[in-house]
Amino acid sequence: MAEPERRAMLERYSANVRTNHWIVALLFVLAALSGLALFHPALYWLSALFGGGPWTRILHPFVGVLMTIAFVLLAAAVFKDNLMEPRDWLWLRRFGDVLRNREDELPEVGRYNAGQKLIFFVFVVTLVGLLLSGIVIWRQYFSGLFPLGAVRFASLAHAFFAFVLVIAIIVHVYAAIWVKGSLQAMIRGRVSAGWAFKHHRAWFRERLSHAASSRARPD
Amino acid sequence: MALESQDIVRRSATTTPPPQVRHAGAAPVAKLIDTSKCIGCKACQVACMEWNDLRDEVGTCTGVYENPLDLTPSSWTLMRFAEHETEAGDLEWLIRKDGCMHCADPGCLKACPAPGAIVQYANGIVDFDSEHCIGCGYCITGCPFNIPRISEVDRKAYKCTLCSDRVAVGREPACVKACPTGALVFGTKDDMLEHAAERVEDLQSRGFENAGVYDPEGVGGTHVLYVLHHADRAEAYSGLPQNPRISPMVELWKGITKPLGLAGMLVAAFAGFLHYLRVGPNEVSDEDERAAARAIDEEMGNG
Repeated sequence: MAEPERRAMLERYSANVRTNHWIVALLFVLAALSGLALFHPALYWLSALFGGGPWTRILHPFVGVLMTIAFVLLAAAVFKDNLMEPRDWLWLRRFGDVLRNREDELPEVGRYNAGQKLIFFVFVVTLVGLLLSGIVIWRQYFSGLFPLGAVRFASLAHAFFAFVLVIAIIVHVYAAIWVKGSLQAMIRGRVSAGWAFKHHRAWFRERLSHAASSRARPD
Repeated sequence: MALESQDIVRRSATTTPPPQVRHAGAAPVAKLIDTSKCIGCKACQVACMEWNDLRDEVGTCTGVYENPLDLTPSSWTLMRFAEHETEAGDLEWLIRKDGCMHCADPGCLKACPAPGAIVQYANGIVDFDSEHCIGCGYCITGCPFNIPRISEVDRKAYKCTLCSDRVAVGREPACVKACPTGALVFGTKDDMLEHAAERVEDLQSRGFENAGVYDPEGVGGTHVLYVLHHADRAEAYSGLPQNPRISPMVELWKGITKPLGLAGMLVAAFAGFLHYLRVGPNEVSDEDERAAARAIDEEMGNG
């Protein structure tokens, strides 16, 4: 029973990435709540959180733009590790096993698994779509520059992209609740060796050989 | 909003029936604009700004008759002048009093996200309650006639009220009262349609064979009607749409998208809950930690 003391920890997210992530997360929550208030009458009461209807209307686009800027910085930091690789498609085909917590038979996973990578690209696409359509429907500064048909199309597109993003965020948040240790990784930045071994073995081996070749001491 | 507050048949961004106990007494009203009688004197514009206490900024003369050049937050009605050449080569001056058409199926109200900012009374008038307006401009997006305008000062949307305050106490709109030629008439919609039919018959007997009433079905009919000498060429009247309707994109955005979108989000969240309930969390076991430790020992030992 000496294992717990011997448990090695790996750094997964730097302090900068963690900070950036939680800034994006906070801004997303604000953008989503204010956006939902304007999306469906049943949720209009959420506008009270922002100081009423006019303030919700004023703040929402600024929050959205800030979120997009923060996300661009975050995305640039993790982009390379989120490119799909051949083994990812095999992993995806076995997604039933993933859902049943049977990872032992699956191909080894690098820093991110195929699900995380796809979610990442959904974030990228929806945020670009939200930014562009959001500018067109930003009445105070920009809508007058566009024909009415474009404003109508952008209104629909904005709702669509927002819907897809919210669904993706629900999946993202649930995955963090489901896979124990993930949330801790994004809060404290570190994961146990066992966590890396179980969920991201290719990344684990990579880190290990890197550590070995640089002659770092064990532990 | 005292008495009218009890005969509201539609209210923006509201999913329960609005107060409408006085519904039974109200007959649908209409303002009839007979373009064949209009002389373009703009008395209606003056009466509108006088009754509604509106004073638009004084603009500049650009060499056309329109003044101001477009509807604004404080110019709710506007004479538009179009030079039209008939097939016979005659020049006609088509003058149309532009403003809110008070659609039976109002695109502005459908698009509005602020509860109660746009209401429709039992008499058919579509009114903006500016106190509830949040200034998003969705009414502009929803309107098939491009009527609402947002003020640069208070960021509220404004448009013709059909003098709902006057109509509520049994008076005609200010523009109608001021019209010197009888081009503007106000009454119940039935009476106005009857009157319009007589006017159309008269125009047809004078050689305007395509004269007709403009009461577009695509928006459920309107509570502002036109008599047009060329009902087949509505566009010739400074771009009056021939077959206006709420844009299908707005219908989709404000129709099925709303309940479906909300349901989709709830289902996704509930699916997550069910997965946790039935499959449970994915946890790292002691065996995983031991396997990782062995891998570390091997690698570092051999390194």
